[in-house]
Amino acid sequence: MVEVKNVNKTFAGNRVLFDISTVFDRGKTNLIIGQSGSGKTVLLKSLVGLHTVDSGEILLENRDLVKMDFGKLKSIRREMGMLFQGGALFDSLTVEENVLFPLNLFSGMGHEEKIHRVNECLKRVNLRNVNHLFPSELSGGMQKRVAIARAIVQNPKYLFCDEPNSGLDPKTSIVIDNLISDITREYNITTIINSHDMNSVMEIGEKVIFIYQGYKHWEGTKDDIFNSGNEYLEDFIFASNLAKKVKNKMNIHNRS
Amino acid sequence: MRIFEAIGKYLLLMQKVFAKPEKASVYYKQTIREMESLGINSVGIVIIISIFMGAVITLQTRYNIETATVPLYLVGLTARDSMLLEFSSTMVGLILAGKVGSNIASEIGTMRVSEQIDALEIMGVNSACYLILPKIIATVVFNPLLTMISMFVGIGGGYLATVATGALSVSDYVYGIQYWFIPFYILYSLLKTVIFAFIIATVPAFHGYYVSGGALEVGRASTRGVVYSSILILLFNVILTQLLLA
Repeated sequence: MVEVKNVNKTFAGNRVLFDISTVFDRGKTNLIIGQSGSGKTVLLKSLVGLHTVDSGEILLENRDLVKMDFGKLKSIRREMGMLFQGGALFDSLTVEENVLFPLNLFSGMGHEEKIHRVNECLKRVNLRNVNHLFPSELSGGMQKRVAIARAIVQNPKYLFCDEPNSGLDPKTSIVIDNLISDITREYNITTIINSHDMNSVMEIGEKVIFIYQGYKHWEGTKDDIFNSGNEYLEDFIFASNLAKKVKNKMNIHNRS
Repeated sequence: MRIFEAIGKYLLLMQKVFAKPEKASVYYKQTIREMESLGINSVGIVIIISIFMGAVITLQTRYNIETATVPLYLVGLTARDSMLLEFSSTMVGLILAGKVGSNIASEIGTMRVSEQIDALEIMGVNSACYLILPKIIATVVFNPLLTMISMFVGIGGGYLATVATGALSVSDYVYGIQYWFIPFYILYSLLKTVIFAFIIATVPAFHGYYVSGGALEVGRASTRGVVYSSILILLFNVILTQLLLA
């Protein structure tokens, strides 16, 4: 479980997060949604300690990340996996070496055992025969899957995903979403996904937090989202013409 | 004020760089890779430049000696001491600041903007130590070797120029390069090289590590890295010369 209490963040006098408090549950896919520039990436990066918050608490199973020194932060990060927007795979390493990288540094496994674990993770993300390819030789969706394999190779307790669907077509996005959701349940990890993709919300959003201009405006499940009564959230959800048409049809259907 | 802020930031980065590595064997492999990338791959350019500089120093010295009272073996002595005292350490240092420095700044800068450094941090890796320490070790160990290669090849370049042009006799040149040899000059040159190597590895790495933005900023960081490391090499050249030769 990840608990956020009264988190505030300012960049060069510009306040980005205002008193954010929430709880992200274990074994669930928790989504942070909001428009570009709303502060959701800053919140996600604060949760992993890549940004230092001005005030507030970030508790990972009651261990406050904000008060940790560099050494403790380094050790707690071994319990984390993160999927970055662009994948952030190491260009100079092959797929196998990328997934192997954290094991080489932190596990006491023998080489054969490590390779077995790498293959297990690659299989889990439905990738085969790509071990010796370089990231530049893979499609965007495959790169994301390698990044997921790398994120889960050390059996993390927490999985953070920053815009996992950015740059992917809708069909591949659903594959990635479902993969993240399945892994979350399978490994019973706390997954926090930062997204502005409404398809993801409706596909895997077990808990959804809506951020608007640095404030948490709403939280609930994907089933509550259409009846939130929050005008900013409705504006965000029904921004596209397709969503507006669906909404109109729903209204007509409800009236009849 | 910004210069003090930058110095403070650089020192804090160095504190992170000289921390205990997570796993020595991984860092060892990384250091060997860096030696190949930053050291062995620079041997060619060092050899080419040193041959030509040795040849040019020899010919220019010879053609500037007009009077018959100056013995011609001084051409060899001048070529040797120019290579040992200045060229092989400082000039090669400046050339490597351009070649290796821009490589380091753009590599680390690209890793920063593509979030690869964040990925390392999330894995629990001290990214500064993992990325920069092997580069420092590689350059500090390998650059003195490049300097020695430059010394030999540069003096050899002078010899070739002598043979090819007949500007002076080979025996004069050979006598000159052996005449009044001071072994401390080699130590002085290698000491300078070690300091320059540290500058070449850390200054561009600092600029790359703290880059933010995109490709344009990475390019700017690379340029800044080369310019500042070159200026620092020249500054430390004066300081070290005064300290070691005064």
